[in-house]
Amino acid sequence: MAEGRIVGIDLGTTNSLVAYMQGEAPVVIPGVDGSNLVPSVVALDPIPADGSRPTVTVGNSARRVLIETPERVIYSVKRLMGRGLSEVQSELKFFPFQLADDVQEGEVPRIQLGELRFTPPEISAYILRQLKRNAERFFGAPVTQAVITVPAYFNDAQRQATKDAGRMAGLQVLRLVNEPTAAALAYGLDRAKEGTIAVYDLGGGTFDISILKLRDGIFEVQSTNGDTHLGGDDIDNLLLTIALDEIHAEHGVDLRKHPGAVQAVRKAAIEAKISLSTEAAAQFDIELPNGDRYQREIPRAVFEQLIESILERTAGPCKQAIADAGITPAQIDEVVMVGGSTRIPAVRQLVDDLFHLSERGKKPHIELNPDEVVALGAAVQADILAGTSKSTEEMLLLDVTPLSLGIEALGGTVARIIQRNSTIPASATEHFTTGVDGQTNVAIHVVQGERELAADCRSLARFDLKGIPPMSAGLPRIEVKFLIDADGILQVSAREQRSGKAAQIEVKPTYGLTDEQVESMILESFDHAEEDFAARLLIEARNEAETILSAVERAPGSPAWANLTNDERTAIGLARDYLIKAKKTEDSAAIREATLILDHATRRFAELMMEAAVTAAIRGKTMDAAGEELGDELTAPHPMAPAEFK
Amino acid sequence: MLKILDSAVPVACWSCSVAHNDATLFCPHCSKIQPPPGGDFFSVFGLKPCLNLDLMGLEHEFHRLSRKLHPDRFARSGEHEREWSLADTALLNDAYRTLKDPIHRTEYLLKLHGAEIGEEHAGKDRKGKVDTSRVPADLLEEVFDLNMQLEEMRMARKMGEEDPALQVSLEQAKRKFDGLLDEVDDELRAEWKKWDEGDAGVRSGAQKTMVALLDRRRYLSNLVRDVTETLGD
Repeated sequence: MAEGRIVGIDLGTTNSLVAYMQGEAPVVIPGVDGSNLVPSVVALDPIPADGSRPTVTVGNSARRVLIETPERVIYSVKRLMGRGLSEVQSELKFFPFQLADDVQEGEVPRIQLGELRFTPPEISAYILRQLKRNAERFFGAPVTQAVITVPAYFNDAQRQATKDAGRMAGLQVLRLVNEPTAAALAYGLDRAKEGTIAVYDLGGGTFDISILKLRDGIFEVQSTNGDTHLGGDDIDNLLLTIALDEIHAEHGVDLRKHPGAVQAVRKAAIEAKISLSTEAAAQFDIELPNGDRYQREIPRAVFEQLIESILERTAGPCKQAIADAGITPAQIDEVVMVGGSTRIPAVRQLVDDLFHLSERGKKPHIELNPDEVVALGAAVQADILAGTSKSTEEMLLLDVTPLSLGIEALGGTVARIIQRNSTIPASATEHFTTGVDGQTNVAIHVVQGERELAADCRSLARFDLKGIPPMSAGLPRIEVKFLIDADGILQVSAREQRSGKAAQIEVKPTYGLTDEQVESMILESFDHAEEDFAARLLIEARNEAETILSAVERAPGSPAWANLTNDERTAIGLARDYLIKAKKTEDSAAIREATLILDHATRRFAELMMEAAVTAAIRGKTMDAAGEELGDELTAPHPMAPAEFK
Repeated sequence: MLKILDSAVPVACWSCSVAHNDATLFCPHCSKIQPPPGGDFFSVFGLKPCLNLDLMGLEHEFHRLSRKLHPDRFARSGEHEREWSLADTALLNDAYRTLKDPIHRTEYLLKLHGAEIGEEHAGKDRKGKVDTSRVPADLLEEVFDLNMQLEEMRMARKMGEEDPALQVSLEQAKRKFDGLLDEVDDELRAEWKKWDEGDAGVRSGAQKTMVALLDRRRYLSNLVRDVTETLGD
């Protein structure tokens, strides 16, 4: 093939994946550690002794340091993508990381990570770069083109931020695909079905509902709705809040002052949530600094009562989407479940009720792994774009814009020019004129949303039409064409019709980076990367080897080392020597293999370290006075009565 | 593949330079995609302007053209082709969206023929009162009563009071206006046939009637929306 492969990427709130089409079936590409999921966690390593720029790690290795050094780690960055300063501020109340102190209104907010500052697209770019590397390692060839999924309800700024991230990571983003639609593609591949399907997608941080009509291989989205601020994170935060409050009230220990301890409790909360999907009850058992133990049992019934209000928030968007599609729940033939949060039995029950499934003798589709189905669908879309495969030749996705596009009119009202749920690409042509003699500029404010007043909608951009030939007021006739492209991103062009002059447009996106800014943020080292791919693979393999070797070097200093058996320590020593030898060769595959062997040998040690870190974070670090407070909202009253527990 | 449309200004294909008809989506000579052709939404589907449309056929044609024009089919093509695929598909989608909906289709066709059609929300004060200046004469009394009731209902809601009698009365009004809407739609459909099949004189008469019917329809649907909103608050 003259051109490289196009991969499909699910850039998720909690986990990210990369997949490709292997023959007629999409498959997920595993990372070096053999895992399909790359946690969407980015950590900044300590500054090297020589003072050079610290390296950035992504995924499981980054997650490991979350408890030890929370100030050097960022997770759930997707919730910050394409958002303005005030939105990010309110979002950050729930997270241990902070805004850079010099951030100004109107700028893309930057997050403080250790000594450095990054915009959300830059953080996402590191995750994308990791996925790109995983794919390149897998193929043994460069990967430069990708399809990336986004929540269907993402607005223009959030979509643009995602595309920017791709560019920074050295990926040409051929298409942004909506996550629920991608899932439908993954499900629709092996079944030449006709009918109406609903995709219910409750992920880590976002909720989407899409209604699609399938016909002759065409997947036509009828309507979509959602909430870009609703997901498993909210459940985690709720459980976390309850645990922290109770620890404070019952044991007089305020863990909120200690980010590491908060992360340790968060980890326990997530584990409790996950086990409640299969078990009748979950236990919290946390040893506190004063020697007390916080022990709680959460029965599933109590858990379900607690999360009811969160889950109920998905009902409104579902009903609206069904209404917008002009159908009733009974007309929906299939329901597809996507996102890790759909493993929760209460979510499945809610979906059953919303779509009257049981009473119609139907079951929601859960055959494909809900964590992987979006990435698999992205791979299918990548294959459609490549246009070289028989299995997807007849398939075509027709998606819609989730939000109406409007222009601020006189009096601050919104003149809607493209309605929500219009098939994209979609366009609208509007005419503008001047209000004053000789006026040469016209300002246009474009908004996105369903509200009547521009101030209640989301400001998308302000356009300045310049260079209008001076004429009497009202005489110029400026035609402006608004076009929402297949990625759901707005493009604008304009011309003055009487003079025939193309009016110059200056776009000031309300949220987002300029082209120049994106250019300057492109992650270093891509420029010459494609020239010598083998050399790059070797460098990367050696770097990975170096990372794990230096960790093993420090291992005997850790208390966890003493808990290993002699055999385990011997095995680690042998694997280390083998890697040191392999690292001296020019064979990147051999170095990788030796790295993998050492990684495997040290796995139990890593687990012991993690456990030790959790304990230390709660017991030890509470002694430090250092650390930042989490926001006030975490102390909000909650409905969990202590009497519910043993 | 080739679409011969009304316009007949020859243009050279950007790719093979062979002159072709202005209004074609693909070059008849080299089959390459062309910039958006002039012409109306009907011509995108190779149709003459008409009001009674075979919707199944329209959908079929929409899917057939989508398969050929969609940007997904040009993801790795040159800049020109990508740009035109985007513009052509936007035109196709805009045309399909307009033509598949009977009211949008009627409004669009009448506008093509020079009729002035009121804006969607014109004459509607969003703060809740229905504009009485353009009330159809036969409805004057009822609309006056309805407005009073709507106002009462909103006040009651604000005070947190229930008024079951008022609720029932508003629901009755909604049913009545829903029925009137159906009547308008039936009358419109009757005019479609006249417009599609009639001579110039019949057409211009049908056109006038339809403009008036659309005005009445817009008024009624705003009314129904208000009642639904108030009831659903």
